[in-house]
Amino acid sequence: MNEQTEKTVLEFDDVSLTYHTEKGETLAASHLQFAVREGEFIAVIGPSGCGKTTLLSLSAGLLSPSAGEVRLYGKPVERGNAHIGYMLQKDELFPWRTVEANITLPLEIRKCNTPARRAAARALAEKYGLGGFLKHYPDQLSGGMRQRAALIRTLAADPRMLLLDEPFSALDYQTRLNVCDDVYEIIRQEHKTAMLVTHDISEAISVADRVFVLSARPARVVAAHEIGFGEMKPLERRKDARFSAWFDRLWKELNL
Amino acid sequence: MKTQSNCSLEHSLFLRRRRRESIVVQLARFGLLIAVLGIWELIAGLKLVDPFIISSPSRIAVQIGKLAADGSLFYHIGVTLWETVAGFVIAVVLGTGIALALWWSERARRILEPYIVVLNSLPKIALGPVIIIWFGTGSSAIVFMTVLVGIIVAILHMLGGFMATDANKILLLQSMGASKVQMLRKLVLPSALPQFVGMLKICVGMAWIGSIMGEYIVSKAGLGYLIVYGGQVFKLDLVMAATVILCALAGAMYALVALAERILTKK
Repeated sequence: MNEQTEKTVLEFDDVSLTYHTEKGETLAASHLQFAVREGEFIAVIGPSGCGKTTLLSLSAGLLSPSAGEVRLYGKPVERGNAHIGYMLQKDELFPWRTVEANITLPLEIRKCNTPARRAAARALAEKYGLGGFLKHYPDQLSGGMRQRAALIRTLAADPRMLLLDEPFSALDYQTRLNVCDDVYEIIRQEHKTAMLVTHDISEAISVADRVFVLSARPARVVAAHEIGFGEMKPLERRKDARFSAWFDRLWKELNL
Repeated sequence: MKTQSNCSLEHSLFLRRRRRESIVVQLARFGLLIAVLGIWELIAGLKLVDPFIISSPSRIAVQIGKLAADGSLFYHIGVTLWETVAGFVIAVVLGTGIALALWWSERARRILEPYIVVLNSLPKIALGPVIIIWFGTGSSAIVFMTVLVGIIVAILHMLGGFMATDANKILLLQSMGASKVQMLRKLVLPSALPQFVGMLKICVGMAWIGSIMGEYIVSKAGLGYLIVYGGQVFKLDLVMAATVILCALAGAMYALVALAERILTKK
């Protein structure tokens, strides 16, 4: 929204993807074309099975496009890119590790497990209310706390682009709204760029700067909307008059 | 979390009931053993059935005492224990190693699958003559038999554990750019720990089957040898004495593995 946010972080340039199985081939994504700017929060919605997760896998370099190119900061993205932080539906914390050992896992994997980086990860956990739980095991934490720990783990290696795959859908409704608020705040405060996929229209409106609407398979971006809530928090947005108007509009687009 | 002093009356009643129940269970367990031994002793003592055929607890005790006195008891226990433990360790180590290799290479897995299935179904005792010809009649033949009985189960059990690693956790590590070695060390091995412990328990049983079966086929010493020898010369006391010792040893080895489980799975 201000001048420096014009820099492009993630770019899909005419990307198509075909899945191959012995039964045949399926076109999962067709001619995807979009760009995500620095500091933007993108939400991607689409009918179930349309390939939302495929979109994230392509962004993380876990899948290679059959045609076209996915670029991160202008370079083709490859698996394990240091700028990418991937967060899944469930927290996927390792039950045999303490919370602290869980959030420093990316440092071990990326071979940057220095005392300074570990201290930074711990500081992040303390800043966002996990300080008292570092020596606990995941099964001693509530669902919301666990998801927050998963976010801190995602942030530990200091990625610039977060990919969020329905990160709230495994939580009960009340927890979901709270964790959604939390995650939104943390991502804003840490100045991350984020792309969240969800099947929940209201969740998309409550967090995003822009919402991409995908078609049924093969996935295409059929619409991209500037939501225009600025820095409003998810719970405030839900109370805003424009919220239901956006909901109706996106609902209709999904059901076209 | 609550201490005795500040718990409610209802809770202390609950605790007392639980304690009483566990005392009853312990007493009944012990009582059952005493009753069976007592009836057995009585039937033999009153000659309702010839003790030559069914032996008796006191005759078994005397027999064990005799074996202990001439030192052969510990010799036979030592032989069988060594064969069983050696076979167990080799089967566990080799089986886990092979399972790891099969996890690592999908191609190897697909190539070897039918062979493993056939080996798993094959009654290992059918290989008895082959083992005697290859390994002779010493302890090594019996250790080999023990390994053979345990290793396929160890491989299949561990491979199942490795392959059951949570796909989403694999995806998470892949997104961080984890190598296959990192995947193994950080995720696959720790998450298969419960399977490993389960496999240890199964392999303890398998190892005893293997070593005693081996001693049945070919042996000059050991508890299995004593049982076979006792049967051939119709000394039921000897057969029963060796069987009782076997029960005690197998129970002790299982208890050791259970202890290992507690240590391994403790956070």
